[in-house]
Amino acid sequence: MTKHETRIDARFAALRKDKRPALITFVTAGDPDFETSKALLDDLVEAGADIIELGMPFSDPMADGPAIQASSQRALKAGQNMHKTLQIVRDFRARDQATPIVLMGYYNPIYVYGNERFIKDAKAAGVDGLIVVDVPPEADDELCLPALKAGLNFIRLATPTTDKERLPAVLKNTSGFVYYVSITGITGTAAPVVADVHNQVKRIKSSTPLPVVVGFGVRSGEQARAISKGADGVVVGSAIVSTIEKSLGLKGEPTSDTRKRVTELVRELSSALSAD
Amino acid sequence: MATKSQKTAEAALNSFATGPDDRGFFGIFGGRFVAETLMPLILDLERAYETAKNDPEFQRELDHLSLHYAGRPSPLYYAERMTAELGGAKIYFKREELNHTGSHKINNCLGQILLARRMGKTRIIAETGAGQHGVAVATVCAKYGMPCEIYMGATDVERQAPNVARMSLLGAKLNPVTSGAGTLKDAMNEALRDWVTNVHDTYYLIGTAAGPHPYPAMVRDFQAIIGNEVRAQMMEAEGRLPDTLVACIGGGSNAIGLFHPFLDDKDVAIYGVEAGGHGLNVENGHAASMTGGSPGVLHGNRTYLLQDGDGQILEGHSISAGLDYPGVGPEHSWLKDIGRVSYVAITDKEALEALQLCTKLEGIIPALEPSHALGLVIKLAPKLPKDNLLVINLSGRGDKDLFTVAKHLGMKI
Repeated sequence: MTKHETRIDARFAALRKDKRPALITFVTAGDPDFETSKALLDDLVEAGADIIELGMPFSDPMADGPAIQASSQRALKAGQNMHKTLQIVRDFRARDQATPIVLMGYYNPIYVYGNERFIKDAKAAGVDGLIVVDVPPEADDELCLPALKAGLNFIRLATPTTDKERLPAVLKNTSGFVYYVSITGITGTAAPVVADVHNQVKRIKSSTPLPVVVGFGVRSGEQARAISKGADGVVVGSAIVSTIEKSLGLKGEPTSDTRKRVTELVRELSSALSAD
Repeated sequence: MATKSQKTAEAALNSFATGPDDRGFFGIFGGRFVAETLMPLILDLERAYETAKNDPEFQRELDHLSLHYAGRPSPLYYAERMTAELGGAKIYFKREELNHTGSHKINNCLGQILLARRMGKTRIIAETGAGQHGVAVATVCAKYGMPCEIYMGATDVERQAPNVARMSLLGAKLNPVTSGAGTLKDAMNEALRDWVTNVHDTYYLIGTAAGPHPYPAMVRDFQAIIGNEVRAQMMEAEGRLPDTLVACIGGGSNAIGLFHPFLDDKDVAIYGVEAGGHGLNVENGHAASMTGGSPGVLHGNRTYLLQDGDGQILEGHSISAGLDYPGVGPEHSWLKDIGRVSYVAITDKEALEALQLCTKLEGIIPALEPSHALGLVIKLAPKLPKDNLLVINLSGRGDKDLFTVAKHLGMKI
């Protein structure tokens, strides 16, 4: 709905030229701690991420599986909050003007921060888009429309239960891209069935000019590559935060392995998506 | 939060009983804040409930079950010795603890299981705190031969052993939840995760008047039988309506069931009692969402929540497993802001004392949840005139709490 081009629009235009699907990587802000989290954003870009989804940690992530739940808990335990999350974006934006950042999370921390204030501060920090899991199109007037007005993209999830009657409502105020949730379920659990995903992506693409990306349950380069056929990108989240978890020391502290292993995984995903 | 001018505007409404609006809002509270995967299901449920509600056959079936299976109507009992002891208001107990399964929870479960069957659902899931709702769900699932899975916080599994045993005996699969503090809110998160994964065949039987629309309105409607019976019973006993209503509030289903039919009777004073735990001044030491929390969005609705300044949900504390939920039904939040209902908190200690007093004077062992309501009655009744007719909802029986109570009183079982 936004008329002016955002960083997200520009990035997808460039990817289309390269005939390459977007690699969208999710990490939780402040996981495993503030400083490491900041450094990880640079690592993601360096390793080939095209768009960064930055999770706003929440105590009750109802749509997330064990990996992202644990990641949210680690971040909160390390003292993460909304101010610090926006600080991470501000710092990143000073170093990188091109890579889009999408904040992803649940409504309550935004609502308590104050919707208007949040939109203003997020925009000023250099955030490009929002994904808020528990604000459906029925509540667009609360957050979606004000965000669009401020020049932020508002990215909506479409799911296997979004039937053809409902799809137009889901697409109506969506901008930037559409995020297709490949399974009925929570993040990082079941593996999507590739043929089903292709059909659904085709169905959604026939109803919108926006790029359609696929997420939930994508873990490896090979899988990302198979899923990405016919789509404009894939989202990988749980696999990355699991990698962070496995790299931590006995007290949950980051080790010299943490950034290295995340970089390796993202590099593998990126090269799988580029190999054609 | 409602401003003063908002309050005045809303108080000028013709009726307090017409909500929610067509998007599920009571003022700013309620709504449908769920993930997209669940939205089509919730819209389906709303349509199915509207159809059922207006179908005389549905109502006939529910009435039949209420009479022959649940044992309704529950008595309205004059608590003579308690009245004499407190020396003020004339105290009546609405005996919901005498229902089949031992609490008011069966009212809602019977309604929703009939609805689930009409919708062609073949698997039931539910969350439970004290286990009263879990037992009621397991009961109706046994009656209709439907598989059911109950999510219960691991902490609650431990402190509510008798109800855990009942659910198992009834054939329910119990899933202890270890995330968070292992209490009701975490159980609800896990139930929602199950639902989003098994949307094709599963019905989520929510036990309280909270969650996304239409649950708050639907659960209220199924529980309103409590208040409707009280109206008729009090007319028969005293020839007039009660003056004062008191009920405990966790999510608030027994309370809204009692209150709702009286909301437009302006002379009826209504009190909702939250769990004050160790006291409202103890940080994270109580479960009083309205008297000690602030508005936010959790589990599908906007309502008062226990939360920190960053919008992270707090666990809360109450001696009663059925009350330590960090939210509350959205209609209560609205009734608080417009001032129709007075919400107060009663501490663990006060509830324990009330439980003992009621047991000794009336020979009725109440659950810890309604003991909070009794705690307010002990404070309130002496200040009221003798002709003040006070009804307290005795929403559940205390057998399940014997271990907890014994432990706190230093008794050995």
